Amino acid sequence: MTLVEETPTKIAGETDASGRASGTGPSAATPAGTPAAPGASAVASATAPTSVSIAGALNAALRDALAEDPNVVVFGEDVGPLGGVFRITDALNAEFGESRVWDSPLAESGIVGTAIGMAMYGLRPVVEMQFDAFSYPAFEQITSHLAKMRNRTKGRVTLPIVIRIPYAGGIGGVEHHSDSSEAYWTHTPGLTVVTPSNPADAYSMLREAIASDDPVIFLEPKSRYWAKDAVTLPVQTAPMTRAVCLREGSDVTLLAYGSTVKTALHAAELGAAEGLSIEVIDLRSLSPFDDETVGASVRKTSRAAIIHEAAQFGGYGAEVAARVTERQFFHLAAPVLRITGFDIPFPAPKLEEHYLPTAERVLAALDTWEW
Amino acid sequence: MTDDVVVPTLPTRKPIRLIAETGRPVKGAQTAGFVLPDTDTLLGLYRQMVLARRFDAQVTALTRQGRLATYPSALGQEACEIAAVAALAPHDWLFPTYRDTIALLTRGVSPVEILAFFRGDWHTGFDPRAHHISPQSTPLATQALHAVGLATAAKLKHDPVVALTFLGDGSTSEGDAHEAFNFASVWQAPTVFVIQNNQYAISVPFSKQSHARTLADRAIGYGMPGYFVDGNDVAAMYAVITAAVERARSGGGPTMIEGLTYRMEAHTNSDDPTRYREKGEVAEWLSRDPVDRLEKYLTASGVLTSEVRESITKGAEVLAAATRDAMNEPPVLDPLELFDHVYSAERPALLEQRAFLAHELAQTESAAGAEAAGRESAESEMAGRA
Ligand SMILES: Cc1ncc(C[n+]2csc(CCOP(=O)(O)OP(=O)(O)O)c2C)c(N)n1
Ligand SMILES: [Mg+2]
Repeated sequence: MTLVEETPTKIAGETDASGRASGTGPSAATPAGTPAAPGASAVASATAPTSVSIAGALNAALRDALAEDPNVVVFGEDVGPLGGVFRITDALNAEFGESRVWDSPLAESGIVGTAIGMAMYGLRPVVEMQFDAFSYPAFEQITSHLAKMRNRTKGRVTLPIVIRIPYAGGIGGVEHHSDSSEAYWTHTPGLTVVTPSNPADAYSMLREAIASDDPVIFLEPKSRYWAKDAVTLPVQTAPMTRAVCLREGSDVTLLAYGSTVKTALHAAELGAAEGLSIEVIDLRSLSPFDDETVGASVRKTSRAAIIHEAAQFGGYGAEVAARVTERQFFHLAAPVLRITGFDIPFPAPKLEEHYLPTAERVLAALDTWEW
Repeated sequence: MTDDVVVPTLPTRKPIRLIAETGRPVKGAQTAGFVLPDTDTLLGLYRQMVLARRFDAQVTALTRQGRLATYPSALGQEACEIAAVAALAPHDWLFPTYRDTIALLTRGVSPVEILAFFRGDWHTGFDPRAHHISPQSTPLATQALHAVGLATAAKLKHDPVVALTFLGDGSTSEGDAHEAFNFASVWQAPTVFVIQNNQYAISVPFSKQSHARTLADRAIGYGMPGYFVDGNDVAAMYAVITAAVERARSGGGPTMIEGLTYRMEAHTNSDDPTRYREKGEVAEWLSRDPVDRLEKYLTASGVLTSEVRESITKGAEVLAAATRDAMNEPPVLDPLELFDHVYSAERPALLEQRAFLAHELAQTESAAGAEAAGRESAESEMAGRA
C-alpha cells in the first residue's frame, strides 16, 4: 500500500508477486546494495590500535553483529538513512538494507512491542530509544512483557532483545533529554542493565548484550559518546556483568558507572595530589550487581562512595549503599556515601552544572568523613 | 497508487451476516459478497462451539467452587473465538487475551495446561512454541504489538506465517492498539486483528469507549481493510477471517475485523453485572445466541441429525469430566522453581535467595515432621496404655 509517498529509503522494486507495493519499513526483498564483508571495519583495523570513540565503537559493534548473525535486526526512530540522532547507526542502513536496519514508525511502545514479537520468531532485535525520557512510553512493554516472558513461560520463550538508550545529562539537553532512568530498569527482575564508560567496553559489552539470550537494557552515557581511546577492534573486555577496577587505591573505593566514571577518575587525580589514595571501580553492570568485585575493594579500603547523576532518593546508589553496608559492615570505617543529583527534576541546560556531581563535590563529600 | 491495491473503504453500517438469527441463510447486501461456508465446515465449527461452551461452563463452575482463582468467561462469544482459530493454519500464531481461553482449547492445548494459569500454578501452563500460541495477555492491547512483530519477522524470513490477535472493545482505547494497527499497516505485516466487541469493558459500556460508528471504521485511517461483522454469526466470522488470513498470507497486509457480540457472563467470577446492566439486555442477546443460530441452520439443512447431536453432546460431557478430573488432581509445585526462569545465566544474588527459601522450606518440613512424629508417639503411648 503506498498511501505514503515514496521516500529514498525505499528499495527499488520492492513489490510482491501481485505487484502490490509491500509497504515501507522492513522489507523481505533482498537489499539493493551489496553488504560489506562481515566484520569489515573491525577486520580492517585489527592490526593496530586506532582512535575510537564510544559512538564509533557502538557503531562497529552493531555492524559486526549484523554481519555475523542474519537474525540481528536494528530498528527505531531515525536509525535508518540518518544513522540515528547520535549517528550510532551511521551507514548501517545503506550497508545492510531495509530488511536489517530500518526506520520504524514513531512510537516507543510499538518499537519494543514489535521487537518482542520478532524475538518470539527467532530474530535478535536491537532497538533504539531516541533519548532516555522517551523510553517511558515503552515502560509497560518493557516491565510487563520483556522482563517477564522467560519467567512466565518457564524458559520456553526467551527474548534476546537489546534496548539501547542514550542517557544522562551534561550535553546541554533541553527538558526530557538528560534523564538517568536506570533505577526503573534495575528494579525490574528479568532485565539485565549495563552501561559502558569507554570505547573498548562499548564495543565488547554491546556485542555481548546482542549475543545474550536475555533482554538487556543498554544505557549509553551520551555525554561520553565522543570520548576517544586507542582501541583495536574487535575487542573483548571483561564480561559485561562484572565490575572492573580502573584505578587502584587504598583509602577509599569510588563506585561509578557511565558518565560518572570520568568524574571518579578525575576525583582520584585530585585526591592523589592531596595524598588520598582512591580506588575507582567502574560498575559496568547495574543488574546484576557485582558484589564480589565491589566487596573485595571495600574490604581493602574500608570506605566506599557511589556517584551517579540520577536523583538520590530511591536511586541506584541507595541499593549500592545498602548492599555494601549489609555485606561489609564490619569492614567499614564510615557510612557509605552517595554523591548524586539532587532530588529534583533534571534542570534546564544553563543550570545543569549545579546539578551534576563533580570531582570537587566528590572530594568534599569524602571530607565529611572522620578520617 | 496502483489499481490492484486493496482500497480500504468504510465498513458496511449493518454487520456482515450470512446466517440470520432465525437460522435462515442471508442473501443480498448484508453478505458483502462473502459466501456461506459449506455445511461440513459449519458442522465442524458447530461441534467446536458446543465443546467450547461446555468447557467454559465447566470452568466457570469450578471457579465458583473455589477451585480456580479467576475465570473470564467467553460464554456467548464462541462464534468469534472458534471462527478465528478455524481460519488459522497450524503454523500460524495466535495472540490471545485472558478472555480467549476457549480458543486455546480449540487449538489443542489440554485443559490442565490451560487452567494452570487460572488455578494460579504458574503464569502460563503451556508451551507457546509447541502450540504457536502466545501466553494469554492481561495488559490490554499489548499483545497486538507482539503479533505485528512476529508477523513481520515471518515476512522477513519469507515464511508464509500469519499472526492473529484478539482484542476487546475496551482495549482498543489503549495506545498499544493504535500503535499495533499503524505498525502493521506501514510494515504490511501479515496480521489479522479480531476485535470482539462484547460491548463492555468490565462495567463500562461501549458508548464510553468510542464515538465512532463502528470500531472497524478505524481501519480506513490506517490504510487497511476493515470489516464490521455479526460476531454471533460463526459463518460470517469464519468467511471474513479466512479471507483476511489468506490476504495476509499472500502479501496483502493486515485486516481489522470487528465482531459485534455480547458477554453473557460477568466479566470474571468476582464481578457483579447487575450493578451496570439490565436483565432485559442480557435476555435480548440470549435470543441472538451463536450456537442456537447455527444449530437451527444445520438442523434445517439436514446434517445435524439427532445422532450427530448426541455424539457431540457426549463428547462435550467427556471433555467436561476430563476437565473436572484434571482439577481434582492437586498441582505439584516446587517453590524453588521460582528462581529458575528469571535469567538464562545464574545470578549469585538469586542463588542466595534461593538458598534462603530452600532453608526455610527445610525448616518448615522438619518442624512438620517433628510435630507428626510427636503426635504418632503420643498416639502409640495411648494405644500402649489401653
Ligand atoms: C493496561 C490495562 N489496564 C487495565 C486492565 C484491567 N482490565 C482487565 S480487563 C479490563 C476490561 C477490558 O475490556 P475489553 O477490552 O472490552 O475486553 P473484555 O474483557 O470485554 O473481553 C480491564 C479494564 C488491564 N488488564 N490492563
Ligand atoms: Mg469488552
